[in-house]
Amino acid sequence: MLKKRIIPCLDIKDGRTVKGINFVELRDAGDPTELAKKYVEQGADELVFLDITATIENRKTLIELVKQIALEINIPFTVGGGINSIEDVANLIKAGADKVSINSSAVKNPALITEIANQFGSQCVVVAIDTKFENNEWKVFVNGGRTPTSLKTIEWAKKVEQLGAGEILLTSMNNDGTKAGFAIDITNKVSKAVNIPIIASGGAGTKDHFKEVFEKTLATGSLAASIFHYGELSIPDLKDYLRTEKISIRCK
Amino acid sequence: MIAIIKYNAGNISSVQNALTRLGFESIITDDAETILSADKVIFPGVGEAGSAMKYLTEKGLDKVILSVKNPILGICLGLQLMCETTEEGNTKCLGIFNSKVKIFPPTAIVPHMGWNNFSSISGCLFKNITTDNDVYYVHSYYAEISGQTAAVCDYIQPFSAAMQKGNFYATQFHPEKSADIGEQILLNFLEL
Repeated sequence: MLKKRIIPCLDIKDGRTVKGINFVELRDAGDPTELAKKYVEQGADELVFLDITATIENRKTLIELVKQIALEINIPFTVGGGINSIEDVANLIKAGADKVSINSSAVKNPALITEIANQFGSQCVVVAIDTKFENNEWKVFVNGGRTPTSLKTIEWAKKVEQLGAGEILLTSMNNDGTKAGFAIDITNKVSKAVNIPIIASGGAGTKDHFKEVFEKTLATGSLAASIFHYGELSIPDLKDYLRTEKISIRCK
Repeated sequence: MIAIIKYNAGNISSVQNALTRLGFESIITDDAETILSADKVIFPGVGEAGSAMKYLTEKGLDKVILSVKNPILGICLGLQLMCETTEEGNTKCLGIFNSKVKIFPPTAIVPHMGWNNFSSISGCLFKNITTDNDVYYVHSYYAEISGQTAAVCDYIQPFSAAMQKGNFYATQFHPEKSADIGEQILLNFLEL
């Protein structure tokens, strides 16, 4: 049986992991490769690295980092943040990333999705959708959630599938950072509207939240960052719990 | 020396990285002599079958692969290209395994992406491996079960998770991305 995936997300700035958004200081959480290795050891099913600076100078640092991660990590990993062109994608894939995640650039230039799919295969294009419930509807936001668009979430999800996306990473901005649980309603709707895998993101705070998103939606993966980084929830504990709750989970 | 066949399929370096982690030197090459004289050959692949097969034929690599006498391991698209035909681009493949490759019907999420198990294992690849393990799959096409099937996975319907015929081995899953269990399967191949 296909297992549900638990995916830690590491935010990268200047080649280092950073943690904490609502904390007074943005603390350096150390070497991304070391943290990634720890998560792999603990049974993470995939990893996502998000470059949150994404300036030209830092791209070089990122590429070097991706090479290092690819050498050390024996599970699939996705790299996202600041990817604007097929050249950016080619550089990351060449460095060893298994998948790339695109967000604002997919909205700006939807043809990029098809271009990546044609050149590297659909399996390596993850389209990240940041969504927010506003004025009674779920809309798509870009630029790290700062800029609203006119796109409706479900329609955009269907469109990216049609354009060749292999997977959708769906983040609810209403839930992100709240630790009150995933956005079940929109995750469920999107997962039923498309036939590609959905990764639910935003709002994970407890083990029950993971159980809920896997039971109430068709999402096949769930992503979280801070609860893993801060040690509030360990991956082995989470996976043990989900197994006892009869969720299909990979044993490490 | 281990030769990794170089062709227009993505992510070949991840196979080389996995071999490096296991302490094996390898070379990524499309040179016929190097491939034919290698102790082990790996035929990886992520990509589109039609263009991959066209490229192999143009470079004469199709004949080279068929002539390999030492153990050769096809991975993912590599397995599919070792079958008779594939529905992807209606492509005639290498015909090593007598299976046809078909597209998954859209009755569940496609691609089949993530960790899944296997059963009915046989052959050297699965030495010291039990069927309660999961490995990483990502594919939209599958090889039918045949007499050369060496492991079965059930997603939408049962298909060949691994195949073997003589010195030709293949896995639909990615051992190079399948954590410790994948490394054991790669080691089993490398120690043949």
